[in-house]
Amino acid sequence: MKITGAQALLKCLEEQKVETIFGFPGGAVIDLYDEILAQDKITHVLVRHEQAAVHAADAYARVTGDVGVALVTSGPGATNTVTGIASAYMDSIPIVVFTGQVPTGLIGNDAFQEVDIVGITRPCTKHNYLVKNINDLVPTIREAFYIARSGRPGPVLVDLPKDVMATRFVFPEPQQVKMRTYRPTYEPHPGQIEKACQAILKAKKPVIYAGGGVILSNASDDLTQLARTADIPVTMTLMGLGGFPGTDPLSMGMLGMHGTYYANMAVANCDLLIAVGARFDDRVTGRVDAFAPHAKIIHIDIDPTSISKNVKVHIPIVADCKHALTAMNTWFARSEEFNAKTEKGNHAAWLREINDWRVAHPLGYVDTPDVIKPQFVVQKLHELTHGDAIITTEVGQNQMWAAQFYHFNHPRAFMTSGGLGVMGYGFPAAIGAQMAAPDRTVIDIAGDGSIQMNIQEMATAMQYKLPVKIAILNNGYLGMVRQWQELFYDKKYSATPLDVAPDFVALARAYGAVGLRATKPSEVEPVIKEALATKNLVVMDFVIAREEGVYPMVPAGKATTEMLLV
Amino acid sequence: MKHTISVLLQNKPGVLSRVTGLFSGRGFNIESLSVAPTLETDVSCLTLVTVGDNNIVEQITKQLHKLIDIIKVTDISEFEFVEREMALIRVKAEPSTRAEILRICDIFRGKVVDVSAKSYALEVTGTCDKVQAMIDILRPIGIQEIVRTGTIAMTRANKKY
Ligand SMILES: Cc1ncc(C[n+]2csc(CCOP(=O)(O)OP(=O)(O)O)c2C)c(N)n1
Ligand SMILES: [Mg+2]
Repeated sequence: MKITGAQALLKCLEEQKVETIFGFPGGAVIDLYDEILAQDKITHVLVRHEQAAVHAADAYARVTGDVGVALVTSGPGATNTVTGIASAYMDSIPIVVFTGQVPTGLIGNDAFQEVDIVGITRPCTKHNYLVKNINDLVPTIREAFYIARSGRPGPVLVDLPKDVMATRFVFPEPQQVKMRTYRPTYEPHPGQIEKACQAILKAKKPVIYAGGGVILSNASDDLTQLARTADIPVTMTLMGLGGFPGTDPLSMGMLGMHGTYYANMAVANCDLLIAVGARFDDRVTGRVDAFAPHAKIIHIDIDPTSISKNVKVHIPIVADCKHALTAMNTWFARSEEFNAKTEKGNHAAWLREINDWRVAHPLGYVDTPDVIKPQFVVQKLHELTHGDAIITTEVGQNQMWAAQFYHFNHPRAFMTSGGLGVMGYGFPAAIGAQMAAPDRTVIDIAGDGSIQMNIQEMATAMQYKLPVKIAILNNGYLGMVRQWQELFYDKKYSATPLDVAPDFVALARAYGAVGLRATKPSEVEPVIKEALATKNLVVMDFVIAREEGVYPMVPAGKATTEMLLV
Repeated sequence: MKHTISVLLQNKPGVLSRVTGLFSGRGFNIESLSVAPTLETDVSCLTLVTVGDNNIVEQITKQLHKLIDIIKVTDISEFEFVEREMALIRVKAEPSTRAEILRICDIFRGKVVDVSAKSYALEVTGTCDKVQAMIDILRPIGIQEIVRTGTIAMTRANKKY
């Protein structure tokens, strides 16, 4: 029996076990939307801007560990996805984005709503395709999902001309994807594992530096086991938060530009740095020549290009983090030398040194009786959700305060646009996360600036009855930029005061959501409690200390030991 | 240092632009580039000459390898290899310089491929240095036009350093 391209696409989605897609229709994808209406296996979430569809798919992927899917029309629909795709690319999130395209006969003619989206997204996708021939459709979609989820995950875009969607053909049999040119390395080289474990055995001052790769490869338990067995303190990147329990005594929290004093000091003084699924980003390393200057470096990463890109690595291990960590745990379980001599407290002196740094400069802030401090809000959110909520963030100070003060104990509970730093990510991400986990509490920790970048999604949350909570840390500024202006530009606040802003409480009500406001510290807890008890979209407007800064801070380009403290 | 990198890639639309986009996006430089099909019609060979220290070249080869449509990347500078480039050079030819031009062409084992009343067009192949040397010698006589190919290269049989 012959079916159309549009029907085949839906069949492929089913084959890939896709349950939810985020999208927005248009002329080039009408055929697809016609088919979506005719079935009930796949839920389509109608967003209000295509960028939001991609961020939602991104967060959906992060929560489920599966591939997120977005569907948009040609031209402006396609270009609106670019920010979302670029963000997913930087953060290695597996998504597949389907874009409509003008009919094949019109491609290249500057047709109405034609854009070369494959050309535009070439540098920010893991791979992309234009399907010109119906016979390529199904193999291409299968390949797209395979590429998105395997190896170092990432976004894949598939451009679908309108006529191809309408063409009838015979749906090909299911087939395993086999690619000649793409074979990620999952298994670590045993020799390298041996070297790494020997180095750990010898180290006096080891540190684990864990990144998003730990979460992507579901290696949190294996990492935790290694850290506890070999008694190694752990610091995490923004993307790695939750990869190791944040309240564990071995956790030093985040490192880097807004990392803890003790994490940065530990890295600067360690003799062995074990990087796991992290990529030595400039926000982490600061001045590279002063990053872990005394350390031998082990680097586990599935992507060979990440290794020795910014910092010279001594023991590279190209592998999936989970596979490599499992191999290391097995090594330690079998090592007679290790098991004979070692007991807990192996690195007691080193951990004491770190603890001294922690005591000298703990992560903190100055509390005030009548003005709400943003850190206090995040602490209260943590306390009242028992640390069990899924947290998404916008970008700026709000993002850093969320990272610092919500001590994530579990993976796949923190969603933030880490690499690209997209203002406007958090709210659509919260929508995606809530679709993936209907029973969890999902909170977008937002800034008053960022929330306005995708605020139209309130309609989406209302339409699908998603009880997302938005906590706006409202400082009346583009706060993070203001902080840089305060510190490095003589307090010249060019274009950062948000003098005109909507009444967020009234705005929430206009959408049929609940709006709550706190202006005094004593109001914070009641507002959060009410929000958590409300089965509806809630906007909490926390009017916070206007010029509060994020500290510690390593000024850009400085060594991570040159921190500005509270 | 100069590196000659040989890349086998799937002959699909857009693949070349993935390669050149990678170079421009990451700030790597391309000295020369040439592409043509291999024995397998759906596979092309791209030879690329780039300059950079070892770290940069290591990144280049890894990044190239990461592109989905790329089959194999070899930094053939690590091997013993032969390389060739070709140039077509049109030189002003006056009665007083004709003999000189032909002699130079001969020394470089070039060929005259076009003749007019006032010019000779010469063809030369060889290493990049040899082609450059011939151009330098002809320059004072008056070069009117040059077209050069990129370098192509091949490792010598079974010779690895
Ligand atoms: C789309 C986008 N535009 C601009 C920026 C640059 N930027 C980074 S943080 C920031 C300020 C964010 O303000 P707000 O959302 O109020 O957060 P705050 O820092 O005040 O918590 C800006 C403008 C960005 N990250 N993303
Ligand atoms: Mg703000």
